[in-house]
Amino acid sequence: MADNFEAELDSSDTSVAEFEGHRSLLDKFQHFLHANPAMVPVIILAVSIVGFGLVAGERFFSPFTLGLIMQQVAIVGILACAQTLVILTAGIDLSVGAVMVLSYVVMGNLGVTYGMPAGFAIIIGILVGMACGMLNGVLVTRLKLPPFIVTLGSWRIFLASVFLYTGSQSIRSQDIDAEAPALKFFGGKVTFIDDLIGFNANITYGVVLMLVIFLVFWYLLTNTAWGRAVYAVGDDKDAAELAGIRSDRILVSVYVVAGFICGIAAWAAIGRVGSVSPSSFQEANLESIAAVVIGGTSLFGGRGAILGSLFGALIVGVFAAGLRLAGADPQWVLFASGCLIILAVSIDQWIRRVSV
Amino acid sequence: MKLTSKLIGSTAAATVAGLLSATGAMADGHAVSACLITKTDINPFFVKMKEGATAKAEELGISLQSYAGKVDGDHETQVQAIETCVASGAKGILLTASDTKAIVPVVEAARAEGVLVIALDTPLEPISAADATFATDNFEAGRLIGAWAAATLGDAAADAKIAMLDLNESQPSVGVLRDQGFLTGFGIDVKDVSKWGDEDDPRIVGNDVTSGNEEGGRKAMENLLLKDPDINVVYTINEPSAAGAYETLKSFGKEEGVLIVSVDGGCPGVKDVEAGVIGATSQQYPLLMASLGIEAIAAWAKDGTKPENTPGLDFFNTGVSLVTGEAVDGVPSIGIAEGLDRCWG
Repeated sequence: MADNFEAELDSSDTSVAEFEGHRSLLDKFQHFLHANPAMVPVIILAVSIVGFGLVAGERFFSPFTLGLIMQQVAIVGILACAQTLVILTAGIDLSVGAVMVLSYVVMGNLGVTYGMPAGFAIIIGILVGMACGMLNGVLVTRLKLPPFIVTLGSWRIFLASVFLYTGSQSIRSQDIDAEAPALKFFGGKVTFIDDLIGFNANITYGVVLMLVIFLVFWYLLTNTAWGRAVYAVGDDKDAAELAGIRSDRILVSVYVVAGFICGIAAWAAIGRVGSVSPSSFQEANLESIAAVVIGGTSLFGGRGAILGSLFGALIVGVFAAGLRLAGADPQWVLFASGCLIILAVSIDQWIRRVSV
Repeated sequence: MKLTSKLIGSTAAATVAGLLSATGAMADGHAVSACLITKTDINPFFVKMKEGATAKAEELGISLQSYAGKVDGDHETQVQAIETCVASGAKGILLTASDTKAIVPVVEAARAEGVLVIALDTPLEPISAADATFATDNFEAGRLIGAWAAATLGDAAADAKIAMLDLNESQPSVGVLRDQGFLTGFGIDVKDVSKWGDEDDPRIVGNDVTSGNEEGGRKAMENLLLKDPDINVVYTINEPSAAGAYETLKSFGKEEGVLIVSVDGGCPGVKDVEAGVIGATSQQYPLLMASLGIEAIAAWAKDGTKPENTPGLDFFNTGVSLVTGEAVDGVPSIGIAEGLDRCWG
């Protein structure tokens, strides 16, 4: 008897369990976005550019306008890069704007008022930014305080320091030109196209700086051990430690790097504004958080792409410029930016609910 | 229990001792004391105010206590300061309120104790809550720069393109008064005078907000130039925002042939008039507000006279002067040298 009982198997159904019915176009789109979360801000950006182009006409599409939007978002964009790093670790940094202002008033005071060589003034200003970041990082890791509380406090401390240090007095553009023109380096520009509305399209060095910073940190986050550790700590701190990551060191390094980026932003901000202004950028912290959130990075940490924050900042800039060109009052621009944040987070939640 | 009663006992003793020494001091020197309470002591405007009050108090032999909030909007510290002043037997209080509505009950309580309360720079709401208000006439400040701009343009004023760089979206009264004053001075129908942005004169390219700083001025000017590249008159809420607007014009190669006007008269602002960045600015006088305030307290302490309002206004106007290097007929102004001499900050 050599019955081959298994021969019967050959004729049986070999297919495995699967969901019935085909997916709708919307489902496929949702799956695509789930697999590529960084595409969400890109799509919103593209749609809003086309939309405002239709509403506001050719003036919006002009190279001049698009170049100007880049200039307007450059500083908040650079700060959003620092903010993304902190948010990826499941933290938040409310002090980024104040750190930047503190850094540049130090640069301006040393370079213009005390006549120190501009290079030294800039380096010391950046070091001040890093020291602020270090303070935040140490408070978060050693005292185990929530980042929100730490930076809510340090924001006020840094801001008060700015006012005490400067007496709220701006350093005038003309004085910077006379004493330390290098402070305004990032206000320099390249003109590349003659424009149809009578202005040339400009790209400032500050805009180039923003793009370079994003590319550098995109590389660091995706291609280095440090970058993977930042994601790991943000995703699950305990698991990261079990995997051998010294999470406190990573956290402190993130805050110091964020302070460093704020210091660089400070230098660029002098070029952008033209003067050293202690009262400017009061809302830059919140604007940077908005850019990160609209860019699709999760406030719960460990999830998001840094280039998303670049697109997030650009979306805000496109909305503001587009609405202004279409004739909206400033109140409505503020209103729209609020809607944008809620819309972006809703889309993010919808994508997360995907059925795999 | 024992500890509590001990504490109460010692506190009471200290209070009595304090009262005794205070009465003693008053009996000794018949010194009048006054208080100055500002929003902060970091803003140059308030620093100048304190200087004016201190100098005048010294001159009149008044002992002056100064208090300031920690930041703009710090209401709680101002309340405590008023209470402390009343308790210390001050004859009068000079106050720039952070929260002009919420402070009113505290001010009323102080007045009920016979303390003269003078609002400096910022009127309370209602304005009658204080015994008097010494402030800049912000509408007049705006009207002066509007009239100057129109006269400087001459016939071209009829087809001017005007950018309005305002303070912020919530339209605080100081911003509305300057904006509407400017338009009135320029000869434009302002519709509802209690808000900006409702005008329909085609010469106005648009309103945008600056938060009163350089960065905001720069961005607002960019936004309005986007709407119309031919803007040739720029109203700004204050001099830092004017400096920002100028940076924008410079980066577009448009700084020639555009008139920028502003309000404040701080020293950096007057220097910008000298440098040709700003065409004309309306200067206000915080030092004068404070020294007049101290004089009023001295008069009140002496024979109970209260300060009177400027005719036609519900406050005492401490004056405003147009500072420009290019005076025009029909608009009174002072030169740059005098402006620098009298500037604050």
